[in-house]
Amino acid sequence: MTEPLMKLRGLTKAYPGVIANSDVSFNISKGEVHALLGENGAGKSTLVKTIYGLVKPDSGTMTLDGIPFNPAEPRAARTAGITMVFQHFSLFEALDVAENVALGMENPPPMRDLAQRITDVSKTYGLPLDPTRIVGDLSAGERQRVEIIRCLLQDPKILIMDEPTSVLTPQEVEVLFETLRKLKAEGTAILYISHKLEEIRALCDQATVLRLGKVVGSCTPSETSAREMAELMVGGTLHVPNREAGVVGKTLMQIKGLSAQSPADFGTSLKNVTLDIRAGDVIGIGGVAGNGQDELLGALSGEIKVGHGQISFLGQDIGHLPPDARRALGICAAPEERMGHAAAPDMSLTENAALTARKLKGLTKNGFIDWGKTRTFAKEVIERFDVRTPGPGSAARSLSGGNLQKFVIGREILQNPQILIVNQPTWGVDASAAAVIRQALLDLAANGAGVIVISQDLDEIMEISDLFAALNVGRLSKPRPAKGLTIDEIGLMLGGAHDMEVSHVD
Amino acid sequence: MFGSIDPLLLLASLMVAATPIMLAAIGELVVERSGVLNLGVEGMMITGSIVGFIAAIMTGSPWLGFIAAAFGGAAMALLFGMLTQLLMSNQVATGLALTLFGLGLAALMGQGYLGVKAPSFPDWDIPLLGDIPIIGPIVFQHDPMVYVGLTIVAGVWFFLNKTRAGLVLRAVGENHEAAHALGYHVVRVRLLAIMFGGACAGLGGAYLSIVRVPTYADSLTAGAGWIALAIVVFASWKPGRLLLGAYIFGGMTVLQLNLQAAGLPLLDVLPWIFGVIAVLILIWGITVSRSLSNNLITIVASFASFAVLASGYRALGWSFNDQLWLSASPYIATIVVLVIISAGGAPGSLGKTFHASR
Repeated sequence: MTEPLMKLRGLTKAYPGVIANSDVSFNISKGEVHALLGENGAGKSTLVKTIYGLVKPDSGTMTLDGIPFNPAEPRAARTAGITMVFQHFSLFEALDVAENVALGMENPPPMRDLAQRITDVSKTYGLPLDPTRIVGDLSAGERQRVEIIRCLLQDPKILIMDEPTSVLTPQEVEVLFETLRKLKAEGTAILYISHKLEEIRALCDQATVLRLGKVVGSCTPSETSAREMAELMVGGTLHVPNREAGVVGKTLMQIKGLSAQSPADFGTSLKNVTLDIRAGDVIGIGGVAGNGQDELLGALSGEIKVGHGQISFLGQDIGHLPPDARRALGICAAPEERMGHAAAPDMSLTENAALTARKLKGLTKNGFIDWGKTRTFAKEVIERFDVRTPGPGSAARSLSGGNLQKFVIGREILQNPQILIVNQPTWGVDASAAAVIRQALLDLAANGAGVIVISQDLDEIMEISDLFAALNVGRLSKPRPAKGLTIDEIGLMLGGAHDMEVSHVD
Repeated sequence: MFGSIDPLLLLASLMVAATPIMLAAIGELVVERSGVLNLGVEGMMITGSIVGFIAAIMTGSPWLGFIAAAFGGAAMALLFGMLTQLLMSNQVATGLALTLFGLGLAALMGQGYLGVKAPSFPDWDIPLLGDIPIIGPIVFQHDPMVYVGLTIVAGVWFFLNKTRAGLVLRAVGENHEAAHALGYHVVRVRLLAIMFGGACAGLGGAYLSIVRVPTYADSLTAGAGWIALAIVVFASWKPGRLLLGAYIFGGMTVLQLNLQAAGLPLLDVLPWIFGVIAVLILIWGITVSRSLSNNLITIVASFASFAVLASGYRALGWSFNDQLWLSASPYIATIVVLVIISAGGAPGSLGKTFHASR
């Protein structure tokens, strides 16, 4: 048995009111892909930030190559050979690729040489990237390449990846895994955080499971089922959403020949989208990111106004109505970006509850907000969806991404809308919370609402939807019953030979 | 037709007139590229002008005056930096307060210095270069601070675009949270940038009281700090465009003063000015960019129609307030030109408060 590359012993870090890490110990060996598992708020992020020098532990020790390792700041960690790809990319949109790479390096070579080295490395690892492009123009997958190349140029001993695949298309995930396997073969250790257990089973050699800041177990992913791993994380049995064969009712909403210009500079315009939403239907809409998902949600929620006769609800033309008027009719929506779009970051959860639920829940009286009622509603959302927060008075910004997602989705579901449109409902949410959200969506449909789930997680769509349709460059395929669809058929629906290089082109 | 106006003298005084605004603006440009909006430029300028003036009188050396002014401006800026960066106060409110505070402080310190004449600051006769006919007197026979200012602008351009420290500063201004995650010291970088901005504003203010006027009077800066702020925005946070903007503003200031002094009716000159600008842009379009884009044609056409309008107005014999329009002309011209060339590009974190915990 060789000496492990990195040893963590008894790491503890407490924040006011919460213990993020408690006595965490494990080893990482050379050339090993080590998974770090845990629910939202289990302390994974704090742990990797400790290794990367962004957080100082209260107690505990780390050794790297047998030498004590206490990075005072990320710079020291990088010098020692530890690099990190962040979940929310640490990139600068207005700067070009080479400048972004230089910022993440300790001793970058002159710009001209750097551009050459970026080109070289990107060829070696099959990650095509032009060093002179402005990062703001790149797709999510290309942005991640920038982060990875930034790390690779420093010959890392350990590469930390925090949920690297949450924003990638399936094809991009394949490219990423190829790169990671190549790195592993060269002896680089990879510390890999993800919620997607199947991915971990395919990629990782070892897994350490955290719960409430403590190590609760470890396993070899390839020999453990996804369900067992999920139960280790949750500390109990995992509830799998079950849906009763619902009765499909009358048509609630009709979308006919919907075409809409994208308001964003690099957005995708909707072209001739046609769809009927019946009571009791859960319609799953798949597609690679950037194919019109945001625009579809915007057109249905009322953020994008559309032409006469393109959207009707119970026979009434609603294409010209703004979001508030549509909400009053019972059409609710939860967009993908939770911070700043679905929720106002600096306002409390109570205030955020009032923002979308005031009409359907009757939270205003004579133009004044009934704070008591609003607070009760916010508390109900927090309890029903297990939102981890001190209370409804906390600012939305203070919640972790997954927790805020639970709140945002819960807020819409508890209004009992007739139509609910959600985009990426369980993005960044852990397994047990995702199950709760999916179950709630199914219950809503069972009670006679029409639900549209836009998602890039095909497993999710297949798990809950009755009908499946795919978005491709702003066009929606004809919906087909989800039951019995094969992966090949789905692939064809998603656009067949859809090339990832041009996925961001309008 | 320009009568008593000497074009040589006009061009030569352009550089001098532009220097104070250029200095203040280049400092503010660095501050804003680091993501901080300091609206206290006017306050730092006026502080620099009185501190520099007092130091120059006491020591008899204008150079020591300028150094003192830089420190005075930087000290004011540090006050702003501590409040906004360490105590997280609102940048807009704090900047406005800094202007009010600076104006009051300068008025207080200036008691007893009103009407005193500054020690002379001789022009710098650059050998050889200064002897070149025409170009020599226009470009190479000014006081040294004009060249110090130009050096600072060139230095800032080099720093921002060619050095690693400049890249870090831009990164901090672009996305402070990402910069923090990579381990850069956001607050430290910003404090240094803020102090540099203050020092430059102080130099600009002292240039007014020691060289340009050269005496101290209450409200000496008369809004120059605000012009500097506007130039930074309209120049799209780029040093090259900032230099152009400052020179246009300086040029128009001298031109309108000369026109007022010459007593020439503005209406007689306006059609000519607009006509010449239209022709110049047209020539530039044909020779330099080799294509007449719709944009360019629109610009030329609008200048040409201004010329026609002005001569029509004159032909009708309607009344026209010369002085009003002359005084407003530098502001109008600077804004028009910089709006035409501006292309946005504000630093992503401009004016946002940074807190390391989130």
